Amino acid sequence: MAKFTTLTSHAVPLPAENVDTDQIIPARFLKVTDKHGLGDSLFCDWRYLKDGSDNPEFVLNEAASQGARILIAGNNFGSGSSREHAPWALVGWGFRAIISTGFADIFRSNSLKNGLLPVEVNAEVYKALMEAVQRDRSTKITIELPTQSVTGVDGLEATFPIDAFSKHCLLEGVDQLGYLLSFDEQITSYEQQRT
Amino acid sequence: MKPRTLFQKVWDDHVVVQEPDRPAVLYIDLQLIHEVTSPQAFTGLRERGLKVRRPDKTVATMDHSTPTLPKSLWVIDDQSKAQLDQLETNCKEFGVELFALGDSRNGIVHVIGPERGFTQPGKTIVCGDSHTSTHGAFGALAFGIGTSEVEHVLATQCLLQRKAKTLEVRLDGQLMPGVTAKDIILALCAEIGTGGGTGYVIEFTGSAIRNLDMEGRMTVCNMSIEAGARAGMIAPDETTFEYLKGRDRVPQGADWDAAVERWSQLRTDEGATFDKTVVIDANQLEPMITYGTNPGMGMQIGESMPTADSFENASQRAAFEKAMGYMGLRPGQPLLGQKIDVVFIGSCTNSRIGDLRMAAGVFSGRKVAEGVRTLVVPGSHDIKKQAEAEGLDEIFKDAGAEWREPGCSMCIAMNGDNLEPGQYAVSTSNRNFEGRQGKGGRTFLASPLTAAASAITGKVTDPRSLLLS
Ligand code: SF4
Repeated sequence: MAKFTTLTSHAVPLPAENVDTDQIIPARFLKVTDKHGLGDSLFCDWRYLKDGSDNPEFVLNEAASQGARILIAGNNFGSGSSREHAPWALVGWGFRAIISTGFADIFRSNSLKNGLLPVEVNAEVYKALMEAVQRDRSTKITIELPTQSVTGVDGLEATFPIDAFSKHCLLEGVDQLGYLLSFDEQITSYEQQRT
Repeated sequence: MKPRTLFQKVWDDHVVVQEPDRPAVLYIDLQLIHEVTSPQAFTGLRERGLKVRRPDKTVATMDHSTPTLPKSLWVIDDQSKAQLDQLETNCKEFGVELFALGDSRNGIVHVIGPERGFTQPGKTIVCGDSHTSTHGAFGALAFGIGTSEVEHVLATQCLLQRKAKTLEVRLDGQLMPGVTAKDIILALCAEIGTGGGTGYVIEFTGSAIRNLDMEGRMTVCNMSIEAGARAGMIAPDETTFEYLKGRDRVPQGADWDAAVERWSQLRTDEGATFDKTVVIDANQLEPMITYGTNPGMGMQIGESMPTADSFENASQRAAFEKAMGYMGLRPGQPLLGQKIDVVFIGSCTNSRIGDLRMAAGVFSGRKVAEGVRTLVVPGSHDIKKQAEAEGLDEIFKDAGAEWREPGCSMCIAMNGDNLEPGQYAVSTSNRNFEGRQGKGGRTFLASPLTAAASAITGKVTDPRSLLLS
């Protein structure tokens, strides 16, 4: 897995609440058998017009959004289905972190496995960041994983929670399956006990 | 020993390793697989040269993109076909049992698990699918996982998991006629919102839950995820054992008796505490319907939709207005009488025989309104057969509804069954997200009774107006 330590980037503001995984990547794009190339379908139904051209009103299509690595989105981001295609699409587009006041459980877990950092902040911090970014789209935000901090907007210094293991995995690029496989002996003895 | 919740008991029973500051290594008793969320997991195994550790604890089905037109194995497009073929290849190569398209045991993953008896009390069950919560109706700890985790479980039969908090949802009282399990869970979603259960495992308790049959319990647990909870559980009891007895994959003979003995211990002990409790008075429940674009945007069917100023903060107001815009509805208006184009009766929420009987009860001797397309899609071949033996298919067809082959169908609209842009549907499925049932389609979630009644009148209808007439 890709490592994550510190990220500084301008951000894409998406103030909608309850953005669900069907919006992040509609089901008709789930027919793939690999993980790649989903970035083009990210937010598809908001992003493209009927004729397939870019919807100029959708924030992702604005010039100021290009190259952004951070998404700031409304509460309860990623609710709905368990599709890992959602973080694959977000990462495919280029995002490495999402700032919100809340994330759905499965989405959070899927993101952490793909080097995409869910940054949960309180409503006040969210508002300050969202307003700053909407006012000036070139605003640079810095997310530091070692200190679990978000900075970049005047006078604002916020922290975010992350469990120790996920943090360790992101910092070191730990392969979670490799870690699980290291318990082979314990798993075997558990299986023997149970039968 | 300290009193424990049902969740705690199942959890404790499956912890293989718990190191400090690390997630638990949790043993998984059953993994269910379908075509959409598994291909990349099998590819991962191949790339690492790994095997499936316990093919005997792994079962696959095809459901999401399978066709539902009678007597045709026509698959919507090449990509779907490739995905189905891929699943077949993967199962063959890794020795996983597959209920493929055409197999008489095929059906929606969350329907066939219980139906064949794979789902049992006290098991840990996962699937790359958020509605895995359905299986919690049997007192299993069952939840959806991502594809990386599907690969983890295939390779090690274990998952890295942090323990969730517990939420008790207690429902005492008696449901009024016309009020169903679906209305219970839609009422919960409306009450706590789609993020209300985030971080929790729900245990549903109380007399109204005890009085539900297994199908109703599955409907309730199925949509725990719509309330934000990864899993919903109900303690097993006689109703549970009665349902399971004699099914293909449950223990038989003396083993059955021993299992029932063991399963009977699976209940929350007197004195155990939950992190949070929500109480709902079952006597007060009414048929529910959603008006917006997430399952929390629901109300009693006779109510008027809210207006923007009934929401506390600006972003909730914005979300509401956006939803109203998408739905093409006017705030503050009632939904009763709203014209509809399509009715969908099916999905892992409401496609079981009891659901079909409910719907058939409304359709019987009546006709679907002109211009309304009605799809009835059973959850499995077993259910289809049973419904046909009872003559329900004839009732549906006589009424003018389409009787289809089993599958997810219009719940997720991957197989060619979908809404057209702008169409309104009353659907017994679980998600009313923008575009969920087809790009631009607009979904009202409701019970099979409400869906069937609405099909008859062509408008959003309180089923009691037909049931009582
Ligand atoms: S019926 Fe719908 S919710 Fe259930 S498994 Fe299929 S697609 Fe998912």
